Amino acid sequence: MMAKKPVNFTLNGNDRAAFAEDGQNLLEFLRRGVGDMSPKYGCGQGTCGACTVLVDGETHLSCLVLAETVDGKDVRTASGLSSPALDPLQTAFMEHFAAQCGYCTPGMLVSARALLDRNPRPSREEVIEAISGNLCRCTGYEPIIQAILAVAEGRARA
Amino acid sequence: MIEFRKEFFADERDDDLNEIGKPTRRQDILGHVTGRSPFFDDHQFDGLLHLRCVRSPHHHARIRRVDTSQAENMPGVVRVLTGKDVPTNLNTLLSLLDFGIDDEPILSDKKVAYRGEPVAAVIAATEAQARAAVKAVRVDWEVLPHVLDVEEAIKPGAPKVLDIYPNNKFIYHGKYDHQKLRFGDVEAAFASADHIVEGRYQMSPIEQAPIETCGAIAAPEQNDRYVCYTSTQALFFSLGTAAKVLQTPSSKLHFVGGTVGGGFGGKVDSIHEPLAILGAMLTGRPVKYAWDREEEMQVGAPRGAERWYIKDAVNRDGRITARKFIGYFDSGAYTRLSSYAIIKGVGHLPGPYTIPNVYADVYCVYTNRTPATAMRGFGITGVDFAIETHMDKVAETVGMNPIELRILNSYRDGDMKAHRREAKNCALVECCQVVAEKAGITLSADAKAATSLTGGGGERARIPNYTATDQNGRVEGFDTGSYARKSGSGSGPASATAQPSTAQPARAPQPGSQPASRPASASRPEQAPPRADPPAKPPESRPAASRSGAMRFSSLSGFRRR
Repeated sequence: MMAKKPVNFTLNGNDRAAFAEDGQNLLEFLRRGVGDMSPKYGCGQGTCGACTVLVDGETHLSCLVLAETVDGKDVRTASGLSSPALDPLQTAFMEHFAAQCGYCTPGMLVSARALLDRNPRPSREEVIEAISGNLCRCTGYEPIIQAILAVAEGRARA
Repeated sequence: MIEFRKEFFADERDDDLNEIGKPTRRQDILGHVTGRSPFFDDHQFDGLLHLRCVRSPHHHARIRRVDTSQAENMPGVVRVLTGKDVPTNLNTLLSLLDFGIDDEPILSDKKVAYRGEPVAAVIAATEAQARAAVKAVRVDWEVLPHVLDVEEAIKPGAPKVLDIYPNNKFIYHGKYDHQKLRFGDVEAAFASADHIVEGRYQMSPIEQAPIETCGAIAAPEQNDRYVCYTSTQALFFSLGTAAKVLQTPSSKLHFVGGTVGGGFGGKVDSIHEPLAILGAMLTGRPVKYAWDREEEMQVGAPRGAERWYIKDAVNRDGRITARKFIGYFDSGAYTRLSSYAIIKGVGHLPGPYTIPNVYADVYCVYTNRTPATAMRGFGITGVDFAIETHMDKVAETVGMNPIELRILNSYRDGDMKAHRREAKNCALVECCQVVAEKAGITLSADAKAATSLTGGGGERARIPNYTATDQNGRVEGFDTGSYARKSGSGSGPASATAQPSTAQPARAPQPGSQPASRPASASRPEQAPPRADPPAKPPESRPAASRSGAMRFSSLSGFRRR
C-alpha cells in the first residue's frame, strides 16, 4: 500500500484538507485530489510555467513541489483571482486579447499577480522579467505585457 | 499595429473593416482568465486509468516477439494492449478522404519504422504504475539498417521504410512517383538565358510544441456509447478515424473537443482517441492517454523537413524566364498528411511570380524519421522560404534591389499561373511598395508607378503553345486503392501490385486477431466484417441547392461542384 499523507492548507483563502499520494506533486494534488483545474500540466519539468501557483505569496512551479510540503501553508491559484469579482488583471487580459488558446493563461496571471503584489508600478522590463518563466505559444507576449502594464499604470478598468 | 490600406482593395470591398488593428474580446476569454475553460484533461473521472505506450528504441527494426507477461503482473496494471487487440490495426489519416493507402499500424506488431513508434500499450491505475509496467514489457528486436536523409532514401539499395511504396516514394494518382508540374519549356529558356541562378535549400523538421500536450480521455457512457474528451484540432478526423480503427459506428462515439491548448497542426493526427476508447471498451473504465512533454517532442509529428533545388533562367534586366524545382519532402516513416502537403505546395509554385516556363518534380519521401504532419501553412511555408531566398540570390546576380526584382516579376491581375488558373486580386506589387516605404528604400520611378491592376493579361495570360512533357518517374501497375478508381471498376480490395512479391506479408492480417485486421489497402467500409455497421456514407447526390455552385477542381477528388 502506498502511504497517503494528510495535508491541511488554505486554498485561495479557504481551509482545505486532503490526502496526498506518496510522492505526489502539488500540481496533481490540486487537480486530481482537490479539484482545482486552473493550474495546467505543460511539461512536468519546471520549464513551461503553466502550473505556476503562489505558496505563502511566492510563485512556485507546482509540478516541482511535493504536495505534502504545503501542509499548513497558504496556496493561491488563478481560480482564486476572481473571488468574488474579477481581478483587474483578468479584465485587462480580456480587453487586451492577452489569451488565445488560454492554456498558459492561469500561470501567466499568477506570475503577474505576484509581481503587482510586491511591486504595484513595475517597469516594462520588470514585467518581462516576471513572466519570463511562463511560456506562451500562441498569443504572443506583447498583448500579455500590455495587459499587465495597463493594470500597473491604472489604465485598466477594475 | 496593423493598418489596412483600403485604397488597394477599393474595387473589391465596400465595408470599412473597422475591427482591424483593434483588440476584440474572444467569446471564450472569460473561461481562459478564470481557469475554467474545459481542456480535455480537466474532466474528472472516478477510477481513471492511465495508458502509456511501449516505444521502439530503434529507428528501424523488425519485431520478433513482444512479451507482456511480466508487465501484466505488475501492481496496478489492468490490461496490456498489442496490435492484435486493435480491430483495424492499419490506417492512413486521409483514407477518410479516400486518398492514399493505409500504411500505419495503431500498435505496430511486425516492424517499426521510426524511433518512438508504439508497439504495445499498458493500462494501469496510476501513471507511475503504467510507466513502471512499460519498462517491464520485453520486446525482441531485429534491428534493421535505417535511412534518415531524403536523397539517401531514394538511392538504389536504400533501406525500405514501407513495403507498399517502392523506392521510398509516395505514388501520385497511381501513375508517378512524384507530383509533376509542367508549364512551357524550361530547358529552352535555360539555353537562351543571360544568367542561370541555382540554389539548394534545406528546412529542418519543426515541432509545434503546444503548451498542452496531445491527449484524450475516453469513458463508457452507460448507454452503449463512449464519450471521448480530446485535445484534437480535427474532431471529425478523430471521430472518423476512431470509428474506422475500432470498427464501431460513429454514432456510438460521443466526441467532445474544441478547447485546444495550442495546436498549430500538431493535433490533427487522431493518435490518442482510438487507443483511449479501445482501452475504455476493453476495461469498462475511463482511460486517459496523453503524451508527456518528452513524447510530445520525440514522437509528436512535426512539420516535415524539406529540401529544394531551384534553377532559374534570368534576363539581364531581372526578368525570370524559367524556374525549375526539384523538391524532396521528408514524410518520415508514414504518409499522414505529407502526400497532401505536396499537392498543396506544387499548386503554389513558382511563388507569386509570373514566369512563362515552370517545371517541378516533387517527391514525398519516406525515411526512418518521426512521421511529419500539419503545421501552419505546411506544404507552402518551406518552399516559400526557398523561393524568397532564391529571389534575393537572383537580385544579387543581376545587381538589382531585391524589392524591385520582386515588383518586376510579380503576378499582375489577369496573368496565367503555372497551374493554369488566372491570377486575380493580386497585391504583391503594393505590398512590396509599402515594405520599401517602411524600410526607407527609394524605388525607381517604374517600380513606384507599378500596380497589380495594370500590366497583366494579354501575352501574359496565355498558356504556352508548347509544354514539354515527359514520362519520368512513371510507375506501372501500381494500385493505389479505391481513391484512384474513378468509374467503379474493380470492387475488390486494392493491392499494391508494383511491389515485389515479398512485400505483402508486412501488413498482412493477424490470423488470430479478433476481429481480423484487414490488408494494407482494403480501406473501403464495404470490406468491414459484419461485427458492426460502418458509419453510413453520405448520400452521393446532394440537394438541388448545392448543384448550383461553380465547378471546382481538387487534386484529391477531381471536379466537384461547390
